[in-house]
Amino acid sequence: MNVMTHLGTTTRALLAAGVAGIALASTAALAQDGEPIRIGILEDQSGEFAAATIQKVHGAQLAAAEINEAGGILGRPIELVIYDPQSDNRRYQELMRRILQRDQVDVVFAGFSSASREAVRPIVNQFDALYFYTNQYEGGVCDANVVATGAVPEQQFSTLVPWMMEQYGPRVYTIAADYNFGQISAEWVRQLVEENGGEMVGEEFIPLGVSQFSQTIQNIQEADPDVLMTLLVGTAQASFYEQAASANLGIPMGSSVNVAQGYEHRRFDPPALSGMHVTANYIEEVDTPASRDFVERWRAMFPDEVYINQPGQNSYVGIYLYATAVEMAGSTDMAAVREAIQTGDVCVDAPEGRVCIDPASQHASHTIYLVEVGEDHSITIPQVWENIEPYWLGEAGCDLTLDEDPDAQYTPSNPPPAR
Amino acid sequence: MLEGLFAFLFQFGDAFAFLVLSASGLAIIFGMMGVINLAHGEFIMCGAYVTVTAAHAGLPLPLAIACGSLAAGIIGIALERAIINRLFDRPLDTIVATWGISLIATQGTLILLGSTMPGVGTPLGSFEMGSYSFSEYRVVLMVIAVAMMGGLYLLFHRTRYGILARATIQVPHMASALGVNTKVMHSLTFGLGAALAGLAGGLYAPTMTLVPTMGTAFIVESFVTVVVGGADVFLGTAPAAVVLAFIKAGMTSLYGQLFGLIGLLLTVIVVIRIMPRGLSGWLLRGRE
Repeated sequence: MNVMTHLGTTTRALLAAGVAGIALASTAALAQDGEPIRIGILEDQSGEFAAATIQKVHGAQLAAAEINEAGGILGRPIELVIYDPQSDNRRYQELMRRILQRDQVDVVFAGFSSASREAVRPIVNQFDALYFYTNQYEGGVCDANVVATGAVPEQQFSTLVPWMMEQYGPRVYTIAADYNFGQISAEWVRQLVEENGGEMVGEEFIPLGVSQFSQTIQNIQEADPDVLMTLLVGTAQASFYEQAASANLGIPMGSSVNVAQGYEHRRFDPPALSGMHVTANYIEEVDTPASRDFVERWRAMFPDEVYINQPGQNSYVGIYLYATAVEMAGSTDMAAVREAIQTGDVCVDAPEGRVCIDPASQHASHTIYLVEVGEDHSITIPQVWENIEPYWLGEAGCDLTLDEDPDAQYTPSNPPPAR
Repeated sequence: MLEGLFAFLFQFGDAFAFLVLSASGLAIIFGMMGVINLAHGEFIMCGAYVTVTAAHAGLPLPLAIACGSLAAGIIGIALERAIINRLFDRPLDTIVATWGISLIATQGTLILLGSTMPGVGTPLGSFEMGSYSFSEYRVVLMVIAVAMMGGLYLLFHRTRYGILARATIQVPHMASALGVNTKVMHSLTFGLGAALAGLAGGLYAPTMTLVPTMGTAFIVESFVTVVVGGADVFLGTAPAAVVLAFIKAGMTSLYGQLFGLIGLLLTVIVVIRIMPRGLSGWLLRGRE
């Protein structure tokens, strides 16, 4: 299979190189004044993750259209440079090089899976570019080039795990996708369960792309937990819910990724997702004036959108955060933009609520909604935590306001070195 | 104890059904006809999509699954007529052609139908056995897998079509000289393989996420089964599925999904090393 994928990559690379060449020639012809601010968008429009990530492209397009209509950033229009990395990490790397080297974008928004983020981060560092990663993730990236605006474990798990344990009981079982996201998230769950006096009764890591879960379901039944944490990723693994429901597993589930990203409650027939609890910083069902207005504007531009998910909102908000930082900095120069971020005043009134960038870690504060899925897949939000700071990295010792740049990803078991 | 034994047997049956259903179409197209069909997963996807569309339109599920299978079969015949029949003596070229078909099918589905499709939900309920509970639909799948093996055996060994098809594939010019329309036989057999792939898609559609790339979930297991089984659809696919299901269920229950996959791939390596023509080649040794 590898040889063949590579063959396809080469052909497509040649084609896309041609397209990029034309794009480059046309920008060179533009006048310097009022020259557009070029924002690179590398988000999956096909492949394994497409169902959850097409909205990221749409979110960026909606934000760019709104900002351009209101006069642009510093009077300059936004121009989006969009490629489709097809949920393929190698394609991410090729396209990241192209977008930074040939297309010379001012900032790049890229990546759904943590594997794709870690695949492109060395390239971003090599070109010393500004990179917005807007997805929720397992946390811990301390890198001056990266602004990570999605929710992190202290926002999603520190809220969810204690709540679930109090509600349903102390015995917890985790099934997680077997790559950096799942492994590190599971570590967070493990630690929080211990801190709250609970007990881990099982843990399984499942390779991406696995779609048959009979045995996993049986292993869970054998351990008989009170709470099941499902940190599953991708459309194949999402088949777990249908299969668990048909085997009548019936254990309350908690997750940081489902529903808000892959809108499984809309895609599957009830009651597959019944009993699922997710901590999300946005879902379409959030019933506030700002959210309703946002949904209306989105559907005006993309009438056929199946579901406006958290990644879509995050991508939209990410563009606004960048625009705000550039307005404050008065320039797209990375040092100036980071200086603006370090004032701590880069905030946006987002559809979810107010979002600010934390200067020390360059992560974002969020409103966290506890989303509960009912028997008929209706959504209730039994609890909302407002303005949760991304405190862990800062407390652990990552401070990007100092003149240092570790370019690292830390975890609870691998924290930043003591000063 | 009894409960644990039943649980293991259930998992074994479940893995067996998945391997047999996903591999039987490929066993005909690749094992028998020698066409390395990289679009096998897309026939499965086609069957699943048509099944779910038909079910949404109001057809009862068994009928909808039959529609899915039929649609995949018709598309299979059309593709055989248009492309595959030119490539029968060029197995390596079939890789490129079917890979192209597979790319067109996944991207075409993505563009036409979007990135995902709402499912239909698994029919039937669940039953309990001690502290475990199981899905009844999974038992139905096991029964269908066994019935399908039996049905295919009868088809290829007891019907006129079956004998002509085997003659066409084994010694085409001789069959042709004896008055068999080998072109029609090739088309029908390829169509049968595609229809079986569509059937697998239809049967698993209620239990899975419907996305254009869903065929990839079947492709590794089906190729592994056919390669381990060798050229004969019954003496190959069925014993291969038994062996692989035993290894997969055992490894998965002891060490988790990752080791289940590793077990499958290790088995292929060992089998190819010891029995280059697969289990059926070994079972039928000395017969040719």
